[in-house]
Amino acid sequence: MAELKYDKKTGRLLFTKQMKREYTILMPNMAPIHFKMLKNVFIHYGFKAELLETTGPEIAQTGLKYVHNDTCYPALLVIGQFIHALQSGKYDVHKTALMITQTGGGCRASNYIFLLRKALKKAGFEFVPVISLSFGMEKNPGFSLTLPLIRRFVGGLVYGDQLMLLANQIKPYEINKGETMELVDRWSDRIDDMLVEGKGYTLEEIDETLHKLTKDFSKIPVNRVPKVKVGIVGEIYVKYSKMANNGLEEFLAEQDCEVCVPGLMGFASFKVDNRIEDYKIFGGNRLKFEFCKALLDYLTKLETLMVEAAKRFDFVPPHQYAHTKDLVKGVIGYGSKMGEGWLLTAEMIELADTGYENIVCTQPFGCLPNHINGKGAIRKIKEIRPNANIVTIDYDPGAPKVNQENRIKLMLAVGREELQKKLAAGEEKTDAS
Amino acid sequence: MKLGLDIGSTTIKCVVLDENNQLIYNTYERHYSQITEKIAELLNRVRREIDGVEHALVALSGSAGMGVAQDCGIDFVQEVYATRVAANTFIPGTDVVIELGGEDAKILFLTNGLEVRMNGTCAGGTGAFIDQMATLLDVPLEEMDGLARQYEKTYTIASRCGVFAKTDIQPLLNQGARKSDIAESIFNAVVSQTVAGLAQGREIEGQVVYLGGPLTFMSELRNCFDRTLGTKGICPDHSLYYVACGAALCAEQPIDFDTVIDAVKKYRGSGNFAFNQPLFISKGEYENFTKRHAKANVRQKDLKSYRGRAYIGMDAGSTTVKGVVLNADGEMLYSKYLPSKGNPVEIIKSFLEEVYAVNSDIDVASSAVTGYGEDIIKNAFDVDYGIVETIAHFTAAKYFMPDVEFIIDIGGQDIKCFKIHNGAIDNIFLNEACSSGCGSFLQTFANALGYDIESFAKLGLFAKRPVDLGSRCTVFMNSSVKQAQKDGATIEDISAGLSLSVVKNALYKVIRASSPDELGKKIVVQGGTFLNDAVLRAFEMEMGVEVVRPNIAGLMGAYGAALYAMKKSRGRGGSRIADAKTLRDFVHEIKVTNCGLCSNNCRLTINSFGSGRKYIAGNRCERPVTKKAPVTGMNIYEYKLRLLETYRPVEGLRGKLGIPMGLNMFELYPFWYRFFTELKFEVIHSPFSTRKLYHRGQQTIPSDTVCFPAKLMHGHVQSLIDDGVGTIFYPCLSYNFDEHLGDNHYNCPVVAYYPEVIRNNMKDVKKVNFIKEYFGIHRPKDFPKKAYERLSFYFPDLSLNEVRVAAKKAYEEQELYRAKVQSKGDEIIRKAEQEGKKIFVLAGRPYHIDPEINHGIDKLIAGFDVAIVSEDVISSRVDRFFTGVLNQWTYHSRLYAAAKYVTTREDMELVQLVSFGCGVDAITTDEVREILEKKNKIYTQIKIDEITNLGAVKIRIRSLLAAIDKD
Repeated sequence: MAELKYDKKTGRLLFTKQMKREYTILMPNMAPIHFKMLKNVFIHYGFKAELLETTGPEIAQTGLKYVHNDTCYPALLVIGQFIHALQSGKYDVHKTALMITQTGGGCRASNYIFLLRKALKKAGFEFVPVISLSFGMEKNPGFSLTLPLIRRFVGGLVYGDQLMLLANQIKPYEINKGETMELVDRWSDRIDDMLVEGKGYTLEEIDETLHKLTKDFSKIPVNRVPKVKVGIVGEIYVKYSKMANNGLEEFLAEQDCEVCVPGLMGFASFKVDNRIEDYKIFGGNRLKFEFCKALLDYLTKLETLMVEAAKRFDFVPPHQYAHTKDLVKGVIGYGSKMGEGWLLTAEMIELADTGYENIVCTQPFGCLPNHINGKGAIRKIKEIRPNANIVTIDYDPGAPKVNQENRIKLMLAVGREELQKKLAAGEEKTDAS
Repeated sequence: MKLGLDIGSTTIKCVVLDENNQLIYNTYERHYSQITEKIAELLNRVRREIDGVEHALVALSGSAGMGVAQDCGIDFVQEVYATRVAANTFIPGTDVVIELGGEDAKILFLTNGLEVRMNGTCAGGTGAFIDQMATLLDVPLEEMDGLARQYEKTYTIASRCGVFAKTDIQPLLNQGARKSDIAESIFNAVVSQTVAGLAQGREIEGQVVYLGGPLTFMSELRNCFDRTLGTKGICPDHSLYYVACGAALCAEQPIDFDTVIDAVKKYRGSGNFAFNQPLFISKGEYENFTKRHAKANVRQKDLKSYRGRAYIGMDAGSTTVKGVVLNADGEMLYSKYLPSKGNPVEIIKSFLEEVYAVNSDIDVASSAVTGYGEDIIKNAFDVDYGIVETIAHFTAAKYFMPDVEFIIDIGGQDIKCFKIHNGAIDNIFLNEACSSGCGSFLQTFANALGYDIESFAKLGLFAKRPVDLGSRCTVFMNSSVKQAQKDGATIEDISAGLSLSVVKNALYKVIRASSPDELGKKIVVQGGTFLNDAVLRAFEMEMGVEVVRPNIAGLMGAYGAALYAMKKSRGRGGSRIADAKTLRDFVHEIKVTNCGLCSNNCRLTINSFGSGRKYIAGNRCERPVTKKAPVTGMNIYEYKLRLLETYRPVEGLRGKLGIPMGLNMFELYPFWYRFFTELKFEVIHSPFSTRKLYHRGQQTIPSDTVCFPAKLMHGHVQSLIDDGVGTIFYPCLSYNFDEHLGDNHYNCPVVAYYPEVIRNNMKDVKKVNFIKEYFGIHRPKDFPKKAYERLSFYFPDLSLNEVRVAAKKAYEEQELYRAKVQSKGDEIIRKAEQEGKKIFVLAGRPYHIDPEINHGIDKLIAGFDVAIVSEDVISSRVDRFFTGVLNQWTYHSRLYAAAKYVTTREDMELVQLVSFGCGVDAITTDEVREILEKKNKIYTQIKIDEITNLGAVKIRIRSLLAAIDKD
């Protein structure tokens, strides 16, 4: 068994090289397609990684038991899921480590890792090491984010985003039910295999794969009847996680909508760009600034590949970060970077511009940054984009699904009415292909 | 012909419209949660009564009807949408619809961009809320309106959510405020809640239409809306039926009545709901359980024949009043447990009269009173002692279990828990205003479902699948219960589930325990709610320990008070308590007035009881009672406020520049004041907060769950605009000064970026030059150049050099300010040391010095003759250390450092002020507690909001003082 080693300065339990060989790393599953790919990048690097797929009310209950109840819902769920897994008996707890992201921003999310450690202690698992997935916030001998790893990682994001985008645009219209998701599964298996082998992450490879992938999807026979188009934005975990948003995407599908969920690449670019903006606004280290600029350029290149592939086959392309950013000028300053920051506002404006004017803005109950960028910005958005039809939904363990769905249905009723008006005016055409 | 159904949270409505959309049939009934039966019955009835209805187009609406509609083949129309269709059809030209329902509040803006607003998950309860308040006032719902119309004065009642308002109203009742004034205040709270919570920055103007039950039945409620909105709204005919009519108007297909009625009757929901283990598997198990608990018993003796010394204990609680008479052996001669019905004085009077009637020769040796109404009862009846609730309960619990380690009391309104360490109360948990789903909560549910509390609770004992309802507040619980019913939970499952949720709420929300080991093995449970076997069982099951429940669980406060009186009376003569004769001449008069002795200008309720006895309530300090100004100079909160006043505006060439005095400005004002004064602006700030100022900006608050200090900013900015200030400076600051106490030096997201919210939601800022640029005060070297870049956009004539000089002065001024506060703090500490006074570290944020935010808590604490310093005074006295959390916010780093320093001092105690909705404090409170408790210090937290009830705060502080005294 690996010896437990602690950081001399802070007393933090470290993830050692020996642990890397012996331990299984558990990861939360925020966005299923994406995170499976990220997991496989780790497997390529010799880690034993496993995604937690558990769901159910026990998870929130466990979270409530070990985390301060006023903490945001994602923390309750992620930590609840970890503890629940450790208590399940499924894992050798002395050979298990946990991994959690840490952005270091000014919102509470940067503290999840500490809350997790507190919870572990409370539950009697203080010997379980926790790895921070961050840019140098906590260092571990057995784990480091190297540049090649990051490149593979970003590759995973690109593939995940593109698959999600295509699936969302085709699935509601597919003629043979289930065909789209079958193709998603087939492609994500193919990409997973590539990533495990350490391939598929260079610009050339990505370009080629995106082309093939997008082409495959374009072949699915569809019947494009007009549907209410809904965009989803929000706090990142609640936005993507089915467990957190009570199956929002499925609910919207049941209501016969087409859904657009802006991808993770935008968020990644945003986080990198924050450092650039910080430099511009407050001043700082020139070298870091240049490094981040290079990184953002790289992300932009990848984004262009996605956009081009989508355009080539007549899909609505993903948002382009630079454009999205431009839209929010005069609405919220670029300094507002905590949580999803101005990006959340910008995404709403962009959704309204690209036909997804019916918007669900999701947030954990009491989410601090969303007071500013979500609820706090909607007035202004409605002023400059009168077509935007936005509903904000709070999620927490006590918020009943029926109320949330009722509010969304109201938004949809208005959306349907607008759609009917447009159809009557001949703006929206039916084109069967 | 068209038929529309509307199934709300409490009522069901059915209408039939003819071809011209004329209403030809309508009915409005309560459904008592028997939704499916009621739908079937109604459909059958309509079929009998209206010819040809079988071919009608049918649709269903309403929050409680969604699932049924889907499964039984009726079209569903979202209810707000239905309202809108109906309003457009029946009252063309309507601009705004305000609709209050059983649990929903809605505002529809129909013109100039359709917008629909429904109350969020937190602010629920409007009709149901008025219902609850009527119960609290002990007035039939129908009389509320008439009562409100006779109002003379209104009180401020928190408008955030029902539970909050309740905590405001209860003390008013206990203090003897008039019911008519309270009724009107309740209506005002509803209005304020609807307007603040739903308008979200959009003005309500034009033709306003009022719909829904409460607004239809209560004309005074409509008047309240009219007054607040400055308009005259109309309440149309059939205002109860708009949703149903809207559904009918949207109906597109006929139904087959037989098939639908059949389907509705068979509808059972999904049957999927989370549930817990049954409370009892068998009758035998239950019998063993009751036998075990029967052991904790106080013997009853006869009062009439008793001739020895007697001791009276009384507990004037929030919803109930308890009184006991004991003999010298602690046995029960007489006891009474009564609802306070809003007037504890009257109830106690009749209790005493009864005692004297049974035994007119009784020799009362001593008496004591505890509970919310302690002060008024003590004054009214000359009771010998008043003791703080926690001590009363501890005294009583010790009687049953001398080595008790943990006491939990769940009463009508409050949960009180305390840990006992070395024979003294060492840690106190009281439920915050938000989670008071306690005894009265069970009662409300029982009544809503048509049961009394006892038989309702019994139903749950043998439930097969107790519903898992979580541990959240009452409003959530209402909806969860509805959902569970829809999913097929039986009334038994719900009863058991509610009992479990009471327990979970106490354990996980209030105590925040994760295992029984944390609480200790020796637990005494008490409070009326625990007399309910289902709750008791749920508690034992959840914690996995066997506990002691005395047979007088509901009387423990009074019992403890009596025991206390007995202990104190040794060697002394008879009790002063009012005797039979005094009671005969007893009078109770109430006068409401404003204090006027200081700027707080508290609204006072003066109770006189004849023969010169008087009790004043509503005061934040002792001044109106003693007529003496409080001792000053030992309270840093006061000092800081006064210090801010010294930064007086100096006329400048560049004109006036206004700064809203809120959030971080309470600390950064000196910086910006000097900066802009040097740049030749006349720098002024908005006045210190008042309730009135808050209301001025209330309509523009977009997020009803943001903290109160942030909400106040809207009022501050509005007041600057109204005062004609042309330039308002309110900068965004991601970072604060780096004080080298933590890993980073952020501001919290709300403090950092609230200027964005102001800019995007207050339309009046367009009238002024509103500067909300981003500044980096944490980088003094870069600051001048960057500030110049930002500001020259607004003031092209500025020069970089000017800015450089001003910036230098600004940093110096800030340093000077800090030094002044520091030296005053040091002085207070020194003086306290010399005089042997306790020092309270009232730890919070800079903006907690705002009297409107802290509600005078600093003065209240100072009233206990202790010195008060703030966290920043002592945070520099420790070296940086590693915390169990990411220490990344400047203000919060101070809290950890202050806590650490307090552990090194015998004479210091830390009390943390937490604003409701402060997400960051979910993290800091646990950490501060941990730091303190590691060194055996008591942690006390006070949660504050718009709420002005200081009663709970007093209890905490007194208990804390009592606990320290024991050491």
